[in-house]
Amino acid sequence: MKTSNFDHSIKALAIFTLISLMLTVASCTGKTDRAENLILNGAGATFPYPLYSKWTSQYNELTGVKVIYQSIGSGGGIAQIRAGTVDFGATDAPLDKEELDRLQLIQFPMVMGGVVPVVHVKGIGPGKLRLTGPVIAEIYLGAITRWNDPAIKELNPGITLPDEDITTVHRADGSGTTWIFSNYLTKVSPAWAREMGNAKVLAWPVGAGGKGNEGVSAYVQRIEGSMGYVEFAYAMQSGLSYALLKNHAGNFVAPSPGSFFAAASMADWENAPGYRVVLTEQPAEESWPITGASFILLRKEQRNSGKTRALLKFLDWCYRYGEKSASGLEYVPLPQHVVDGIESYWSRTLAAGGKSLWPPRGEKGDKE
Amino acid sequence: MKIGSGKHTGYGDVLFKAATFLSALIFSLAMAGVAFELARSSRLSIAKFGFGFLWSQAWNPVTQDFGALSSIYGTLVSTLIAMVIAIPLSLAIALFLVELAPPALSRWVGYAIELLAAIPSIIFGMWGLFVFAPFLADHVQPFLQKFGGFTPFFKGPPMGIGMMSAGIILALMVLPFTSAVMREVFSMTPPVLKEAAYGMGATTWETTSKVTVRFGAKGLMGAFFLGLGRAIGETMAVTFVIGNNHSISASLFSAGNSIASTLANEFTEASDPLYLSSLVELGLVLFAMTLLVQTIAHFWLRHLGKTTGGRQ
Repeated sequence: MKTSNFDHSIKALAIFTLISLMLTVASCTGKTDRAENLILNGAGATFPYPLYSKWTSQYNELTGVKVIYQSIGSGGGIAQIRAGTVDFGATDAPLDKEELDRLQLIQFPMVMGGVVPVVHVKGIGPGKLRLTGPVIAEIYLGAITRWNDPAIKELNPGITLPDEDITTVHRADGSGTTWIFSNYLTKVSPAWAREMGNAKVLAWPVGAGGKGNEGVSAYVQRIEGSMGYVEFAYAMQSGLSYALLKNHAGNFVAPSPGSFFAAASMADWENAPGYRVVLTEQPAEESWPITGASFILLRKEQRNSGKTRALLKFLDWCYRYGEKSASGLEYVPLPQHVVDGIESYWSRTLAAGGKSLWPPRGEKGDKE
Repeated sequence: MKIGSGKHTGYGDVLFKAATFLSALIFSLAMAGVAFELARSSRLSIAKFGFGFLWSQAWNPVTQDFGALSSIYGTLVSTLIAMVIAIPLSLAIALFLVELAPPALSRWVGYAIELLAAIPSIIFGMWGLFVFAPFLADHVQPFLQKFGGFTPFFKGPPMGIGMMSAGIILALMVLPFTSAVMREVFSMTPPVLKEAAYGMGATTWETTSKVTVRFGAKGLMGAFFLGLGRAIGETMAVTFVIGNNHSISASLFSAGNSIASTLANEFTEASDPLYLSSLVELGLVLFAMTLLVQTIAHFWLRHLGKTTGGRQ
């Protein structure tokens, strides 16, 4: 009774498996129609769920291929792709190379996004407050406790800051947003690296925890003198006052698809083992310092080459045509050269029976 | 002529007996299975932290150091607040409905309260976060701070969310269950007892406190533990408003966490074995706490049965 979440996901999984089994049987016994009956299953990160569900429904309308994505969390996604119960997994925090090799998985980025510090201080509108990473770290560590602290005043000479307590708000649930945020703070603040570290859940010394991006933004909206961090889309939709951040090049930048894209453009994607690219604190002039990517996980060893090809085609479609819906939801597509690199990575690593599964050759020739 | 003789029971009875026995057996087995599985899945954490898990205040997924104390504390405090509010209120509601209200009004108010029991807990949570917590922060907490600020209970910024709002929301959720049971208990008091009391010149208050409440004492305890059982494990509504911080503070304004809210928050993204195992051990602790409450309830009821009048 206490593990109802878990129960539900197992139940949901059982139902999905049953349905897909039934449909597989149906597709075998009926006329072997190609795309119409194909179902691809994915599970994992909650952060890209709005985007993935939009893509899957659009793709279904276009091609008849059904892609089911369950946002059960990165941990569950990793466990399920490992067990082979889903065709792809998704995670916000990238796995490192050793772990990928141990679990026999490959990993590549699917989409980018940014994490934005938001504040609720009287008289301070969006884009007015300037902050640096080390100052944010000290606020979250409880070392800076009031808005009129000299360290904040020094960054904001033109603004009158109130003599008010700062209430920090963090994510209470395990989250890729926290992972990216703490990854950034670990890079820029030695104190943070020593006391807190980089993880999806942290031992917060001060502040309140909200559940999900919506929980954090609701708390920040409510609490006078509060500060939180949320996914970019939530910062825009909730109308909260986001802060400007000083990036690696020394410029104060605003969060925007442009500044996320700038962060991605300088990263060394090709040489990162297992595509483990972290986009925080990138050197470009305009780059937003807390940028991150969300990742897809596939099994190295593919059992059903027809299904894998269909899955790769879907992902390829997302890279090429998914941009419009991605921008609508305030996510940011990957740069083209990165997409090309990922697709050549598929053709190098994914194989069934010694034959490469990507790129798709003539439509008729690739039947098993 | 054989009917009721008790000699020959027939196949129907045998089947019925077997079916009821089997149902009871399956249920007991399921409970034992839950306990076993919880213990088995938390063995990593038990081996690492031992009994220290129960009184360690640490909860650090980065350094892999876990302890249950702040969650146990939050569970107990939020439940305590809920019971302190809900029990007198539901007692008053039940007495009003049974003893004082005109029958038509009593029926309608009764329906309304039962309707409250049908509201899903997530609705309570969202209402708590978006409506009730802001109200607390703007109107109630500043007032409390002004007059009670010298005590440790009302310190810190009045955020609305925190231990206090979690306790009050829980009280609202428990209320329909306890008051419904209490109403039943009171309405079962034989009219002749009450009439005798009135006949001896007792006032309504005296009749209520000396006859009705005493007669139903056992049932009232049952209602209390029913409410307690519901409050202690409530997850979603608490998660929304408790503030979700792994810390212990005497202030009711500060953010805390309960076992159930920690599980709801952290289970999905916990991929590390020791972390996962510690979360399961939290579940085991909650299981043990609930068991303890039920055992105490059982003995208390037995004790009450000896000292007070009444049936059941």
